Amino acid sequence: MQPASDLPAGTILPFRPEGESWVARHVHDLPRSGIRDFFDLVQSMEGIVSLGIGEPGESTAWNVREQAIFALESGKTGYTSNLGLLRLRQAISRYMERLIGVRYDPEGEILVTVGVSEALDCALRAILNPGEHVLYAEPSYVAYSPGVLLAHGVPVGIPTRFEDGFQLRAEAVAQRAKPGVKALLLNSPANPTGTMVDEEELERIAAISAKNDWVILADEIYAELTYEKGHRSIASLPGMKERTVVLNGLSKAFAMTGFRLGWACGPAPLIAAMVKIHQYSMLCAPILSQEAGIEALDHGTAHVESMRRSYRRKRNYLWRSLTDLHFPCHRPEGAFYLFPSIVPFGLSSQEFALRLLREARVAVVPGTAFGPSGEGYLRCSFSPRMGDLEEAVGRMSRWMRANFRKEAIPATGD
Amino acid sequence: MSKEASFSAELLCLLEENPLRSSETLAKLLGCEPEEVEQEIARLEKDKVILAYKAIIDDEKAQRRTVKAVIEVKLVPERGGGFDRLAQRIARYSEVTSCFLMSGGYDLLVFLEGSTLQEVALFVSEKLATLRGVTSTATHFMLRTYKEQGILVGEAVDTNRLPISP
Repeated sequence: MQPASDLPAGTILPFRPEGESWVARHVHDLPRSGIRDFFDLVQSMEGIVSLGIGEPGESTAWNVREQAIFALESGKTGYTSNLGLLRLRQAISRYMERLIGVRYDPEGEILVTVGVSEALDCALRAILNPGEHVLYAEPSYVAYSPGVLLAHGVPVGIPTRFEDGFQLRAEAVAQRAKPGVKALLLNSPANPTGTMVDEEELERIAAISAKNDWVILADEIYAELTYEKGHRSIASLPGMKERTVVLNGLSKAFAMTGFRLGWACGPAPLIAAMVKIHQYSMLCAPILSQEAGIEALDHGTAHVESMRRSYRRKRNYLWRSLTDLHFPCHRPEGAFYLFPSIVPFGLSSQEFALRLLREARVAVVPGTAFGPSGEGYLRCSFSPRMGDLEEAVGRMSRWMRANFRKEAIPATGD
Repeated sequence: MSKEASFSAELLCLLEENPLRSSETLAKLLGCEPEEVEQEIARLEKDKVILAYKAIIDDEKAQRRTVKAVIEVKLVPERGGGFDRLAQRIARYSEVTSCFLMSGGYDLLVFLEGSTLQEVALFVSEKLATLRGVTSTATHFMLRTYKEQGILVGEAVDTNRLPISP
């Protein structure tokens, strides 16, 4: 740095790479998201069919969009309570009771956030002292490990295996139970595997958590999107509401990703701690999104149901298509992702995804974006429109036939 | 709903959405075998549950100059048969594209199509209005289509999703 006093007034300093030295060490050391690199590459190419989207392919229901427009017309452009509009918290309370059978007090047990991402960030920052550990199943959502690191915690991914249906086993959790562990982050149904935690495992995991006095952070953003059996929240198990912060929102089931509306429900002291962080960093979630959220929660059930039926069919379609192409692949019970293995094809996740992108012009996400145990897998979303899924399957089928054992790949992907 | 009935209902939804999908694709969507899909479609067609498969066309883009009108028709109900006999008689005209029995201020809502305004007007005044039992008609010509059978007309596809997201 040159002393500013040596320079004429108004001089603009050129960008200096040594500016990096100002970046906090824990931020500097944070790895770049694997998804980010892939995103930049895909963005630079034309004519790509993408199975890489982590959001619904359909737009938000019109009644919800119209409510946001009406709120704007009515001049609702100000701040709201830090906690979020009371009417919205009441709607969330009713919704959560319907969805997971647990009642939360709108006055002190619910915080409206800017998406589940902010809810998770607030929760981690509220509970972690520097150096405390957070357990979670891996492959995992991309923000878990960085979120813990940014809160000065230590992320402890528990690898899950394809052979075991990517189940988080209580035994594996118990093995990591030692002093210093503060919380268990549970994502069911999971991104990127679509796995739902088995009910018996859930009960055992709850017991281990209670015994070790852990906080549970339950990321249940895909709770509505289950195809064989209903979602069961760990918060609904006896004695667990008191130590669980349930994170949910409107992004996935209600197709409202861009509205950025989520919430945390949990014990009042934890919610109060999260409010401290939220009020000084975010202040409140955008009021237009909150108004739209009330409409979605009160009048959106039929639309959610129709999207769930559509996802179920598209899951069936993509799963059968990929297994026909000889990808070992579980048929997921929830969320909207397939997580097929590419081990039989002798390429790494990154190599396979890059070649598929460049040669077949189909974008998927390499499994390694979701942690080291994602090596050998791809994440393929079945949320895009059916026409895009058919096009992607057709392209993949032709590319697979041209590049791998021809006799093993069927003549069409259809 | 029984398993068979729900299979049938799901298949009908898919065909309504797009009847051009192959039985292989439909089977994948429904998690069954193509033969099962083909058999069920054959049964639904034979039982006249599926009446026909049609395309939904943007007439403006296709530069079709057809004239469309809706007619509110009031009828005198008949002892024993109500409105059925007369409604079926009206529905049989080739100019009539749809015909519904309605509650409210009139009895039948009749959709007509013709090549000119005069042709449609003459059909109403000479054929429809003169039928014994028809007491009045009110004709409304359609000017523009914004949505047709659940499909928005002329709207650009709104999938501006980022190609890769977490």
